[in-house]
Amino acid sequence: MMNGPERPLFDVEEMEISFGPQHPATHGVLRLQMKLDGERIVEAKPIIGYLHRGTEKLFETMTFPACIPHTDRLDYVNAAHNNQGFCITMEKLLGISIPPRAAYIRMILAELQRLASHLVWLATHAVDIGAITPFFYTFRERDEILDLFEEYCGARLTLNTMKIGGLPFELPDGWLDRCAKFVDAFPSHIDEYETLLTTNRIWKKRTVGVGIISPEDAINMGLTGPPLRGSGVEWDIRKVFPYDRYDEVEFDVPTGTNCDTYDRYLVRIEEMHQSIRILRQCLEKLPEGPIMAKAPKVLRSPEGMVYGSVESPKGELGYFIVATEKGTTPYRCRVRPPSFVNLQALPQMVKGSLVADMMAVIGTLDIVLGEIDR
Amino acid sequence: MPEPILQLLLIPLIKIVVLLVVVLLIVAYLTYAERKILGYMQVRLGPNRVGPKGWLQPVADGLKLLVKEDLVPGGAEKLVFIIAPAIVMVPALVMFAVIPFGEPFKVAGMTVTPYLADINIALLFILGVSSLGVFGIILGGWSSNNKFSLMGGLRSAAQMVSYEIPMGFAIVSAVLMAGTLSMVGIVEAQRAAHIWFFIPGVLGFGIYWVCGVAETNRNPFDLPEAEAELVAGFHTEYSGMKFALFYLAEYANMMIVSAMAVVMFCGGWLPPFPNLLAGLWALPVLAWIPGVVWFLAKMSFFLFCYIWFRGTFPRYRFDQLMNVGWKWLFPLSLANVMLVALGVLLLKG
Amino acid sequence: MSDDKPTPNTDEPVVDVEAEKAAKIAAAKAKAAAAKKAAEDAPPKDPWEEKPIPPAHSDAMDDEDVAALEDLVVSADLFAGTVTATVEAEKILDVCRFLKDERGYDFLVDQTAVDWPEREEGRFDIIYWLHRHSDSKRLRLRAIIGEQQTIESVESIWGAANWMEREIYDLFGVIFGNHPGLERILTWEGFNGHPLRKDFPVEGIDTGAAIYPDVYPPGGGPIVTDEGEGA
Repeated sequence: MMNGPERPLFDVEEMEISFGPQHPATHGVLRLQMKLDGERIVEAKPIIGYLHRGTEKLFETMTFPACIPHTDRLDYVNAAHNNQGFCITMEKLLGISIPPRAAYIRMILAELQRLASHLVWLATHAVDIGAITPFFYTFRERDEILDLFEEYCGARLTLNTMKIGGLPFELPDGWLDRCAKFVDAFPSHIDEYETLLTTNRIWKKRTVGVGIISPEDAINMGLTGPPLRGSGVEWDIRKVFPYDRYDEVEFDVPTGTNCDTYDRYLVRIEEMHQSIRILRQCLEKLPEGPIMAKAPKVLRSPEGMVYGSVESPKGELGYFIVATEKGTTPYRCRVRPPSFVNLQALPQMVKGSLVADMMAVIGTLDIVLGEIDR
Repeated sequence: MPEPILQLLLIPLIKIVVLLVVVLLIVAYLTYAERKILGYMQVRLGPNRVGPKGWLQPVADGLKLLVKEDLVPGGAEKLVFIIAPAIVMVPALVMFAVIPFGEPFKVAGMTVTPYLADINIALLFILGVSSLGVFGIILGGWSSNNKFSLMGGLRSAAQMVSYEIPMGFAIVSAVLMAGTLSMVGIVEAQRAAHIWFFIPGVLGFGIYWVCGVAETNRNPFDLPEAEAELVAGFHTEYSGMKFALFYLAEYANMMIVSAMAVVMFCGGWLPPFPNLLAGLWALPVLAWIPGVVWFLAKMSFFLFCYIWFRGTFPRYRFDQLMNVGWKWLFPLSLANVMLVALGVLLLKG
Repeated sequence: MSDDKPTPNTDEPVVDVEAEKAAKIAAAKAKAAAAKKAAEDAPPKDPWEEKPIPPAHSDAMDDEDVAALEDLVVSADLFAGTVTATVEAEKILDVCRFLKDERGYDFLVDQTAVDWPEREEGRFDIIYWLHRHSDSKRLRLRAIIGEQQTIESVESIWGAANWMEREIYDLFGVIFGNHPGLERILTWEGFNGHPLRKDFPVEGIDTGAAIYPDVYPPGGGPIVTDEGEGA
C-alpha cells in the first residue's frame, strides 16, 4: 500500500486511524484515535473538546436564575434533568423547600425526559449496530413526549422549564390527561422495540459479552447510571439521595449481572418501565397547591460550597456551586457530567476487541458531547 | 435485409437495448421500492414529493447524481479511481445476458426468445463474471486513499471470496438435479420433474439465498459499507455518477441473485407445480399468466426479502460473518452436495 | 397632612403628643398581640411559604471520618449537610489512600478546582468529592495549593481522576505530579492560557496564537498584519 523505503517483505504494521470528529457513529463530535491491528483495536484514545463552549466560565458571569437556560445546552437531549439538577442545588444553597405540587410536576417532567433520552439512546444504539427500524419507532414516541413538553413550556428540546424554588408555569388544561394517555400507551411500545431486538440472534451476538467492565473497575472509573447498574451495582441517586419527592414513589433499580452491553441494554429497557411506574404514581398523587416557594426576587447566596446531584439518564449529574456572601452569581459552578466520566472507561472497555464492538460500546455508554465538552 | 444479419445483429441489438433499458428501469425503481417499503415498515411514508406518490423520485435522484460535482480526492490513484465503478457496473449488467426471463413465444410468425443468449455454460459464466465485480470494489477502496475505504474494500473482498464457495456448492446441487449448466435447461428440467427444485433442494436453496445476500453486501451482511463503522465503506470518497454506478451495481446484483434463485430453485417462468396439477381447476388460470410475469413476480418476492431483511436485522460483526461462512455454510453446502448427489443417483438411477 | 400636625406655639400640644404616642403604642401592642394570637390560631405555615433560611456553617471535626484522619485534617466544616475537610496538599495521597483503604471511600464522584486569586493561603482549592457505597456517605476534601505549587495525582487511587485532573490542568493550570498523561483535554494543545482562572477574560482571547505561531508569536506580543488588511 505504502511505498516506504526498504521494507521487509512481510511488514506487519499497526494502522492508525482517526474516527471522527466527523463520523456518522460518534454521536456528535467525539474523535477516537485508534491503533488497529487488522480489525482489532490495540489502543483507543478519545479526544474531546470540539464542542467546548466554556459554560462553566459563563456561569460565573450570570445571576443564578440566568444560568438555567445554559444548563439546557449541556446534555441537549435531556434538558429537564439539567434544569432540575441546577435548581435543587441552588435550593440547597438558599435553604428553599419547594411546594409538593412543584416537586411532583418536576418529577413528571424529569421522568418523561428520561424516557425521551432513553429513546434517543435506543435509536442510535440500534442504528450503530445496523438495525435501522427501531430508530423510527422510538422517535415516534419521543415526538409525543416532545409534544407534551411543547405544550407545557413552548420548547421541545431546550426546555428551561424549572425555576429556583419551583416552576414557572402551571400545567395547561387537559395536559395531565394527555400525559396519562401517553403513559398508558407507552409500555406496549416498549414491547414493540423489544420484539425487534431483545431476542434477535444477531443483536445478541453483537452485544452479549461485548464491552465488559467489572463492578470493581466500574466503581474505580467512576461510572454512574446504567453503565454502573449494568455491572451489577445497585446505585441510583433517586434512591440514595432522594431529591424532590422521589422518596414518596415506589420504583425498582434494575441491575445487570454480566456487565456487558446486552445487560446495559436490558437495564435501560427496564428503567423505561420503571419510569412509567413513577409517572403513574406521580399522576395519581399530584397534589394541589402553589407551584413556587416564597423565594426572594433577587437571590443572594450565603457563603459556602454546595453540591447537588440528580439521576440523569446518563448517570449522576451533579452541580458544585461555590458561592460568596451575598453573591448574586456563582463564584464557581462546576458541572459533574456523567457522560464525561463514563466515556473515560471507553479505552478500557474496547481494548482488544474489534472495530465493530467499538460502535456497540460507544452506543451503550450513551454519551452526549454537549455535556462532555461543556 | 439478409436473414443472417437480422438474426445475428439486429435482433440481439434490439434485445440488448430493451434489456438494458428494462433492467436499469427496474433497478431505478427498485431503489424507489426499497425506500417506500422501508418507509412503510418504519412508520413513515417514504418518498412522496416528486411526482404523484413520489413516482418520479428515481428520475430526480438520477438527474441529481448526474449533474453533481464529481470529486476525485487529492491523494487518489486517479485512473483506478475512475475505472473502479465501471468494473463493478459492467459485470453486473453483463450477467443479465443469460438470464431467461420467459419461454420463447411467437410474434408475427417469428420466434422471440425473451433472453439474450442461452449458452450451455450459463451458470459458470455468471459465477465467473460475478467474481469480477469484487475487483472494482477492492480497487475503488484502495485507490480512494482513505483508510475507511480500504478497510471496506478488504472486508468486501474477504466476504465475497468466502461466500462464493458455499454459494458455488449450492449451485452445484441445483446443477446435479437438472443435469445441465444452461439456465434454460435448468428451467426445462424443473418442468420435466413437475416440481420446483427448492422442494427437493431446500437446504441448497437456503444456503444459496444466505450466500446471495452476503455476496451483494446487503443487510445483515452489509459490513463493507457499515456506516456506523466505516462511514460508507469502499465508496466513502465517491460522489456524483461514480457513486451512482456503485449504487446501481448493488441493486443490479441483487436482481441477478434473485433471478438466479428463481431460475435454479423456483422454476423460472413456470407456474407452481408445472404439468402436475393438469386436471385441477387452478391450472388453466395459472398457465394463462405469461411466463415473464411469473418470473418477475418471483423475482420481486426475493427483492422484497432483501428489503425486508434490511428493515429487520442488525448487522453481523466481521468475525461472526466469517464464522458463519466458513464454519457453518461451507460444511453444510458440502454435505448438501453429497446428499443431493445421492438422491439423484437413487431416483434417476 | 400638615394642618393636623401640632403647632409649636401653643403649650398644650406637648401633653397631647405624649398622650398620642402612648395611645399609638398601646394600639400597636394590641395589634401585635392580635396578630400573634391569629398566628397561633392559624395552622402552621408550610416550609415553602416561609422566607427561606440559608444553611449555616458549623464545625465538623467530630465527624467520624474526619476524626479518623487525625492530624491530617487542618479544619472541617459542615455546610448544607456535607462535611468539607481541609487537608494539607502535601499529604493528599496519604489522606486519599487512607480514606479509600481504611474508610471505604471507593468512589471518586468528582474532582475540581476553585480559583481564589487574592487569597493568602494559596490560590487554588482542589476539591475531591468522595462517596462510600456501603452506607452512601459523602465527604468533600479540600486541598489548598499556591499558584506555583504542584499536587500529587490521585489517579493511582481512583482511575476516574485521570480525566478530571486533566481537565483541572487544562482549565486552571494546576500541575499534577505523577499523572500518567497530563495533557489538555477540552482546549487544544498549545492553547494560550487557562480559561477558568479568574484573570482569564470571559470574552476569550485571540486564539490565533496556536494556529499561526509565526503570525502570533508565542507568549503574546503585537499582532502583525499586512498593510491594508483589517486588523
